[in-house]
Amino acid sequence: MENLKEFNVDGTVYKTELTKKFENRKNWERPNPKNILSFIPGTIVEIFVKEGQEVKAGESLMILEAMKMKNQIEMPFDGVIKKIHVEEGVRVPNKMLMLEIE
Amino acid sequence: MSLKRNILDLRKRKEKVLQGGGEKAIQKQVAMGKLTARERVTSILDEDSFHEYDLFVEHEARDFGMEKKQLHGDGVIIGTGTIYGEPVCIFAQDFTVAGGSLGLMHARKITKIMDHALKMRVPLIGINDSGGARIQEGVNSLAGYGEIFFRNTLASGVIPQLSVILGPCAGGAVYSPALTDFVFVVENISKMFITGPEVIKTVLGEEISMEELGGARVHSEITGNAHFYAQSEYECFEQIKKLLTFIPWHNGKKAKAFPPKPPKPEYKIEEIVPADPTQPYDIRNVIKAIADDSDFFEIMENFARNIVIGFGRMNGETVGFVANQPMVLAGVLDCDSSDKAARFIRYCDSFNIPIVTLEDMPGYLPGVDQEHMGVIRHGAKILYAYSEATVPKITVIIRKAYGGGYIAMNSRHMKADFMFAWPTAEIAVMGPEGAANIIFRKEIMAAEDPEAMRKEKVAEYKEKFANPYVAAAKGYIDTVIEPEETRNMLLHSIEVSNNKVDRRPEKKHGIPPF
Repeated sequence: MENLKEFNVDGTVYKTELTKKFENRKNWERPNPKNILSFIPGTIVEIFVKEGQEVKAGESLMILEAMKMKNQIEMPFDGVIKKIHVEEGVRVPNKMLMLEIE
Repeated sequence: MSLKRNILDLRKRKEKVLQGGGEKAIQKQVAMGKLTARERVTSILDEDSFHEYDLFVEHEARDFGMEKKQLHGDGVIIGTGTIYGEPVCIFAQDFTVAGGSLGLMHARKITKIMDHALKMRVPLIGINDSGGARIQEGVNSLAGYGEIFFRNTLASGVIPQLSVILGPCAGGAVYSPALTDFVFVVENISKMFITGPEVIKTVLGEEISMEELGGARVHSEITGNAHFYAQSEYECFEQIKKLLTFIPWHNGKKAKAFPPKPPKPEYKIEEIVPADPTQPYDIRNVIKAIADDSDFFEIMENFARNIVIGFGRMNGETVGFVANQPMVLAGVLDCDSSDKAARFIRYCDSFNIPIVTLEDMPGYLPGVDQEHMGVIRHGAKILYAYSEATVPKITVIIRKAYGGGYIAMNSRHMKADFMFAWPTAEIAVMGPEGAANIIFRKEIMAAEDPEAMRKEKVAEYKEKFANPYVAAAKGYIDTVIEPEETRNMLLHSIEVSNNKVDRRPEKKHGIPPF
C-alpha cells in the first residue's frame, strides 16, 4: 500500500489509496448563464455581433461549425455583449468561453 | 492410376495458402513486435491439435481491381483444436493478408466457426488483428460484422467467448469483443477505438496518439473494456489458458474440479485485517487466505480497483469472488465498480459458478460527478445481478456494511443463501460519525462543548449499532464467526448448496438497468 490519503465518506475519515480516475475528476461548477461556452469542438465560421452591441434573445451570435454542421449560437436572453473571446476562423475546444454578456 | 499426383497437387495448394500475405508482409508483422496469426493459434492450442478449415476460401469482390487480387484464406484463419485436452473453436484474423480487413467471405468463415462452437457447446476464442471493414466490398462487409455481432449475442451465456486483441480493432469491429465475456489486451499491440486519432484530429482538432486513445493500458485502467492486460503475447496466452481452467465449457456444465489444496500458511487471516474500520488492507490477501492453494485469478485488476473480482477454488471447485477493496477509495461502490461487479455476477450465474462475496465498504462514493454519471442506474446493476442470480450465493461481512451498499452486496434481502459476519462487522444505516451527527444533532448543538458531546454520541452509537449482533438478532446474519472459521464455513456452505434449486417467475427476459 502506497500513497495513503485521507478520504471522507459520510463524516468518517478513511485511510486509503485514491484512483487516477478519481483524482482527475472535474469539480462541478454552477454554469453562469452570462457566459457562452462552446458545446462541441469546432471552428468559428462567422460572428454577427460586436462588443457593446445590444442583442435580443434568440438572435444569432455566431456560427460554430462542427462535424460538418453549422450550429447557430443564439443569444439566451436580451442583453449587451460584454466581450467576445473568439475570432472568425479560429478553432475552439469544447467548453471554451466564447462570449460574455453584461 | 495412383493418387500421388492429386495428393501432391493438394499439398502444393496448401503450401501456397499457408504463406498468408507472403514473406514481406510477414516481416512487417514481425517488425511490429507481433506474432503471425498462425503462430498465435498454435501457441494457444495444445501442440499439434489445430485443424484448419476454409483454407481455400476466396473472396468474390469484383470492384476496384479486387478481381485481380487473391487473398489467401481471405485474411482469417478458422479451426478447432484443444486446450488441456478439451476442444475449442478458434479464429484468428491475419493482418498480413490485406491488413486482416473484413470482407464477406472473411466474415462467413468467422460465423461458420461461431455456429460450430455454439452447436458443439465449446468455448470460442477470437483473435482480432484487422484494419477494419474491407472498403472495396462495401455494405457486404458491414453485413459481415452484423452477422458476427448477432452470433456473439446468441452465444452469450451459453458458451464462453474470449476476445484477444492483438493488433488494431477499430470502428464497428470493436463491438464483437465488447459483446463477448472476456477481452484480452497486450501492451503496445492492442488498439481499440470507434473513431481513430486521424478522424478525431480532423473533426475536433484534438490530437492524441493511438496508444493514448485506445491502447492496452487505457482499456484496462480507464474504460473497463478489457479484462486482462499482459506485457507480451505469450503472457496473454498463459492468461487465456489459466482462465479456461476456471470456467465450464458451456452453461450446462460445471467447471472442472481440481484436487483440493489448503491455502498457503503465510496468509494469516487474523493478521491481515485491522480492527479499526478506517484502516486499509488488501482484501486480495483475505481471498488468498481462504482460497485453495492461495490461488486467486483476478479479473479487471486495474479498473475500478475499489472492487475486486476473480476466480479461485474452494475444495477444488471454482468459486467467483466479489470483494470490496478497503485499500482503494476505502472500498466504496461507484459507477465503475458497480458495472464491474454486476457483469461478473451475471457471468458466474450463467456458468454455474457459486459466488462468495466479501464485504467491507462504507457506502456509495459521494460527489456531483457520480450522481450526474448515473450512479443510481449503475448501482442498480449490482442489486439486479445479485437478485437475479440463482447459483449458491454466500456473503461474509468482514467490517463495514453500511446503508444501500449493505443491501446491494448480496445481503439476505437479495436472497443470499448464507450470511456470515466477523465480530468486527458493523451493519448499520451509515458510519457512526454520520449517524450520530444526524440523530443527536440537537443535543450536540445545545451542548456547552459540542465537539465533546459529538464524540460521546458517536461512541454511544458505535456501542449500540456498530456490530453484527443487531442484524444477527433479526436473523439477517446466520451466524457470527471467528475469522479463522471463514474457510471452513464457506467450504461447508458451498457443499450443502450443491443441489440448490431456486426457480424464478417465468419470463422472456428481465429488463436490467443496462
